[in-house]
Amino acid sequence: MKVYPDSNRFRQIVRGKIKDNLKGYITRGEILGKQGKNVVSIPLPQVDIPRFKYGSQESGGVGQGPGEKGTPIDQDQQGMEPGAGEQAGDHPLEVDVTLEELAEILGEELELPRIEPKGDQRLTTDSDRYTGIHHTGPESLRHFKRTFKQSLKRQLSSGLYNPEDPVILPIKEDKRFRAAKQKAIPESSAAIIYMMDVSGSMGNEQKEVVRIESFWIDTWLRSQYKDIETRFIVHDAVSREVDRHTFFHLRESGGTKISSAYQLCEDIIKKDYDPALWNIYPFHFSDGDNWGGDDTTRCMKILKETLIPWSNVFCYGQVKSAYGSGQFLRDLTEEIPEEPKLLLSEINSRDDIYKSIKTFLGKGK
Amino acid sequence: MTTMLTPELSSWAKEIRGYAVEYGLDFFEVIFELLTYEELNMVVAYGGFPTRYPHWRFGMAYEEYSKNYSYGLQKVSELVINNDPCYAYLLNCNSLVDQKMVMAHVYGHSDFFKKNYWFSKTNRKMMDEMANHGVRIRRYIDRYGLETVEDFIDTCLSIENLIDYHSPFIKRRREISEEEKEKERQETQPSRLKSKEYMDPFINPPEVLEAERQEIIKKFQEQERFPDQPEKDLLHFLIEFAPIERWQRDILSMIREEAYYFAPQGMTKIMNEGWASYWHSKIMTQKALEPSEVIDYAEHHSMTMGSSPGSLNPYKVGIELFRDIEDRWNKGKFGSEWERCGDIATRRDWNTDAQQGREKIFEVRKIHNDVTFIDEFLTEEFCDEHKLFTYEYNRQTGDYEIADRDFQAIKEKLLFGIANFGQPYIYLDDANYKNRGELYLIHRFEGVPLKMDAARDTLRSLAKIWGRPVNIETVVDKRRKLISCDGSKIDEKIIK
Repeated sequence: MKVYPDSNRFRQIVRGKIKDNLKGYITRGEILGKQGKNVVSIPLPQVDIPRFKYGSQESGGVGQGPGEKGTPIDQDQQGMEPGAGEQAGDHPLEVDVTLEELAEILGEELELPRIEPKGDQRLTTDSDRYTGIHHTGPESLRHFKRTFKQSLKRQLSSGLYNPEDPVILPIKEDKRFRAAKQKAIPESSAAIIYMMDVSGSMGNEQKEVVRIESFWIDTWLRSQYKDIETRFIVHDAVSREVDRHTFFHLRESGGTKISSAYQLCEDIIKKDYDPALWNIYPFHFSDGDNWGGDDTTRCMKILKETLIPWSNVFCYGQVKSAYGSGQFLRDLTEEIPEEPKLLLSEINSRDDIYKSIKTFLGKGK
Repeated sequence: MTTMLTPELSSWAKEIRGYAVEYGLDFFEVIFELLTYEELNMVVAYGGFPTRYPHWRFGMAYEEYSKNYSYGLQKVSELVINNDPCYAYLLNCNSLVDQKMVMAHVYGHSDFFKKNYWFSKTNRKMMDEMANHGVRIRRYIDRYGLETVEDFIDTCLSIENLIDYHSPFIKRRREISEEEKEKERQETQPSRLKSKEYMDPFINPPEVLEAERQEIIKKFQEQERFPDQPEKDLLHFLIEFAPIERWQRDILSMIREEAYYFAPQGMTKIMNEGWASYWHSKIMTQKALEPSEVIDYAEHHSMTMGSSPGSLNPYKVGIELFRDIEDRWNKGKFGSEWERCGDIATRRDWNTDAQQGREKIFEVRKIHNDVTFIDEFLTEEFCDEHKLFTYEYNRQTGDYEIADRDFQAIKEKLLFGIANFGQPYIYLDDANYKNRGELYLIHRFEGVPLKMDAARDTLRSLAKIWGRPVNIETVVDKRRKLISCDGSKIDEKIIK
């Protein structure tokens, strides 16, 4: 239909707006609540064309119905809109964007490289989409309309066309054939394992930061792999595997033993995800407090021996809290220096989420 | 893809047309087209003109309509275009009774387009004109690039409501003939006497010419102001005087033309819908309805007329006012005797059997627009009967609340909402403000402030076209303020 170019142009503008405001969307985390199965609704206040007009709150109006003076009326039904005519109403626009598109925007804005899956699980190709046109091909794939057009053009320009007797005879050069365009689709699978410290020192704000960050990480990785599995581990002094909801809402008290989580992570990988076949992404979020030197040593051992070698990258995000000492990040830097697969990021407030995502996903691994 | 009516529908169209003629409606011939909901949403998004120029806002509208349709929030089932012939689009999945009702409705609209005075100056070949605009704008896009042209269109649309809705009817400006222009040119040059070249310094001494030139300059500076009268049609002013390129001027004039074309529809919303609804109801209930369709018809009709508590439906107000007028003029409830009568019982039972109702409503549809319609025919009895009220925003509760049921207050509020399209009244006062070629606009304040963030952006658009700083005088927080924009920076100061 004729409207599609305009529709596309509009989507393009929307995309641009989302891109410009991406940092804000990431920081505020408002779009997380509007997530459907494959789409998110994003409120865009600034798309419409500005005009001199009245503020809708100020003007009031005339309505119809029973009620005493002072009776509140339904806000959705504010009277008639005078002069509706050509102009749309005055409400922020909500656009639906697919997660795929959102990932693309995120990738462009953060300049994230496409991930190259490890091992011999290269990209495979899928070739059953006939979207191209070639000059040669089997008769069964002949594109009738294009061929007809081509011979009509040729006959017109060479003066062979007779409007009285409009016979179109295609010759070999006129023929056009459908051709398969090869479309690359990722074939490999990935596992994301989130680990989070749920000890008393991690408050709601810290968890919110983790929630927002994991949403964007999910969105990006999902666009890079065909299959994604997500697992969640919480830990204080002991660790256990939970579902997504519990992961973000659970609150425990007590101490912190990071090694317990790493141990569980190792077990899960051993059991379900063969590192030779899977791309593995462990993410660990904590406020940086650990039980003591012993446990930290144990953590380093697990990291060096199994987790880091098995994973594409191992990401540690340290969320600042009022109680956390932040020691663990320092320990990691000292114990495992110059390890390209260990990615560290310090998240002091929501504003740092943006930077942190870039650190974690910016390697293209 | 054919958009022709099915044989069944087209025989109904013919029949309904017959009834419309019988009732005395005088309309442009109507061409019905049957569309799928996707196509209809598209046509609606283009404001009824599928041939319109490309612009993203049509895509935006399309997405909005499609979304509303698929969620079942809103359904557009018909659209009529003011054109000769009149185009009407029907939704192909409507039931037969709906289609009949819509057709009758459309004939009402077409009659209104043809006969209402406010439509008399609109271009009746707008379908072609819009296609023409489309071609021109596409050509500009090819030449200057999509983003350049789109950006300029956005800028123009931002001020498209700064036109003078009455100007098609009034010649405010004198057409300046070529001779007058020539005369003007002479007056602005020092007078030279004819001379041979070598004699020139003696016959036209330079110092005399210089003195004369000074005098002319002085005279110009003394001239009061430019434009000599405040100008409401800002778009016209910009087309004439803004320092923009030819293609930009052309686009600005197209947008102005379209704004004027759509203006009467905004000015007669209540009447137009009321009139069409009056006639679909008349034709359906008295002629075209089959007994088996009564329930469906009643449901659909009441859905269109329905006004949920706290909202005012133009269809409903319009049709009821027309019926009220018909009833009053049938019973002779008009004239000085009626006005003077203060006794409620006498007024209620008043009936002189004047039987002028039908005649009166035809007259009303011919000469009125919404403002004069409400002003003249909204009565206290009508407000009581239909439980009208005014509402206001309560800052404390964050709700809209019923404010008043007083007749004068309702009428005032209603008129405020439709006068000047329900848009702020803004005019150009001075185009040479501070003698620096700045625009000075005045917002005639009527108690409701402008939406400030939008106003600032609009000012930026205006500055982009004018190329010099622009200012608007308005009232913010009960203080008179001058808001200025030099193209990028916005400056606000209080006027003492």
